[in-house]
Amino acid sequence: MTDERDLRVRDMIQANKRTVTFNSIIEKCIPTILFIIAIISILTTIGILFTLIRETIYFFRDVPFLDFFTGTKLKPLGDAAEFGILPLLTGTFISSAIAMLVAIPIGLMSAVFLSEYASDKVRRILKPILEVLAGIPTIVYGFFAFTFVTPLLNRFIPMLEPTNILSPGLVMGVMIIPMIASLSEDAMSSVPNAMREGALGLGSTKLEVTWRVVIPAAMSGIISSFVLGISRAIGETMIVAIASGSSKNFTFDVTQSMQTMTAYIVEVTGGDAPAGSTLYYSLYAVAFTLFVFTLIMNLIAQYISKKFREGY
Amino acid sequence: MKYVDANLVAKKMNGRLAANHISQIIFLLATLIGLVVLVILFYRVLMDGLGWINFDFLTNRLSTRPERAGIMGALLGTLWLMIVVAPVTMLLGIGTAIYLEEYAKKGRMHSFIQTNISNLAGVPSIVFGILGLTVFVRGLGFGNIVLAGGLTMSLLVLPIVVVASQEALRAVPQFLREASYGMGATKWQTIKNVVLPAAIPGILTGLILALSRAVGETAPLVVIGIPALLIPFPNGIFDKFTVLPMQIYYWTIDASIVEEYANLAAATIVVLLVVLLIMNSIAVMIRNKYQKRY
Repeated sequence: MTDERDLRVRDMIQANKRTVTFNSIIEKCIPTILFIIAIISILTTIGILFTLIRETIYFFRDVPFLDFFTGTKLKPLGDAAEFGILPLLTGTFISSAIAMLVAIPIGLMSAVFLSEYASDKVRRILKPILEVLAGIPTIVYGFFAFTFVTPLLNRFIPMLEPTNILSPGLVMGVMIIPMIASLSEDAMSSVPNAMREGALGLGSTKLEVTWRVVIPAAMSGIISSFVLGISRAIGETMIVAIASGSSKNFTFDVTQSMQTMTAYIVEVTGGDAPAGSTLYYSLYAVAFTLFVFTLIMNLIAQYISKKFREGY
Repeated sequence: MKYVDANLVAKKMNGRLAANHISQIIFLLATLIGLVVLVILFYRVLMDGLGWINFDFLTNRLSTRPERAGIMGALLGTLWLMIVVAPVTMLLGIGTAIYLEEYAKKGRMHSFIQTNISNLAGVPSIVFGILGLTVFVRGLGFGNIVLAGGLTMSLLVLPIVVVASQEALRAVPQFLREASYGMGATKWQTIKNVVLPAAIPGILTGLILALSRAVGETAPLVVIGIPALLIPFPNGIFDKFTVLPMQIYYWTIDASIVEEYANLAAATIVVLLVVLLIMNSIAVMIRNKYQKRY
């Protein structure tokens, strides 16, 4: 009797498996559909690489490779057009350097305060404020740099030009503070308390614990937050496009107007460059250089945080 | 013999404690710099812009004359952009996350897609603009319409949604899945009826944060080529459009020509910040209200 019923159930399962219902088709298709969706993110990367590389190759047919990377003059318009990327590279590096001079010390000190000194209550007030700072659109920072920070700096530095690289650099630094603060704080909070207590038990002050125990232990996370910050500064667009103007000076004078790679892209696309012109292709060559720089930075950050992570 | 010279210890200790105290104050001040900048920024924008916000400003069309200019077109443009970005990122983001968390075997393909997503998150937004310009605007011949801008933005914010959805799916405890399988449900039935409903608050929070990023993002749209003075309102996803940040950009760079444009830019910033505040509050509300801890 029981055997018979067993058999029937088994038959039913077999029959169920054989019948092709709407649900069973869906069951089989879903993984494929989801896989295709997941592939779109890879297609995006391929698309970026493909468009950048293809048009960059066209660009290097018109402009020799060496002239592009060693040329100190960028004059994209007119008959005697010259395409040297060095003015854009100095602009990008100077603005990023200014930003990091602001963001690294302040970000790191904020991280130390939040992770080591602040009470739970204070932390619960300060962290959301930093998050708000991180959530403000960059265009708002650009407006702020152009209409407030530059006039303010002008009072102390009379020869400051109305568009200059100093003011967007400083504002960019403020923009990056929350990123460095929160990533570094994560790294410091994951240092186990036993290590702190050990040092405190030997008579260290909190400052000594922070300096000699917590920061060395969290070093990989801290450094990778710096590198990510640099990458963010290199790719930042709207602040520099608004507040640093479009003169392609090859200079190291921070009171002057300079153009970054990102601001150049904004200027060229805003001017409706005719497709197929050298000017149009220069857009892609500059964008590709920008892409390579940020990619390298991101890979370095990943490598550091993976390679030097200390397991506790 | 004395091993410890109490006087020396006390002398040294005072200096060390003082250093600790002073640095604590310095660290606090450094943390407060962010707050100070935030206050100045809000104060400046409100002072410049608040006087210009009225019903006409919110409902008028754009105009070269500052006193007649309004941002209705930009508001509608932002709305239409969201109508494209929301479903596309939702489909792509959640789909990718479900694939990675529930279906993909932890192997080479899985880590390849995962690495690729974290690298995409680090690509500057302006490079996405170039992609959009080349593929959507010129390649597929869309022109600078809402659809082209929306698809570009969707790809830009995709990593945010994928990562947030993955975290939400991972937080769904295994026993819920096993209980569902035990009742005879298939894999897709389990995901559809058990896992997704449990993960949806986290996914929605991530989605809203991604949308608020798209609302404030300017660089890709500059590259795609949004006209500075677009008079007609966009009426669908195939129309030309402008958005709030683009209008802020044009008014800010033209402030040297017409001074009042700076006030218009500030007023538009106030509107943009209010929109972002609302979106983020909704995200926080969903997170606090519906997030269950198992």
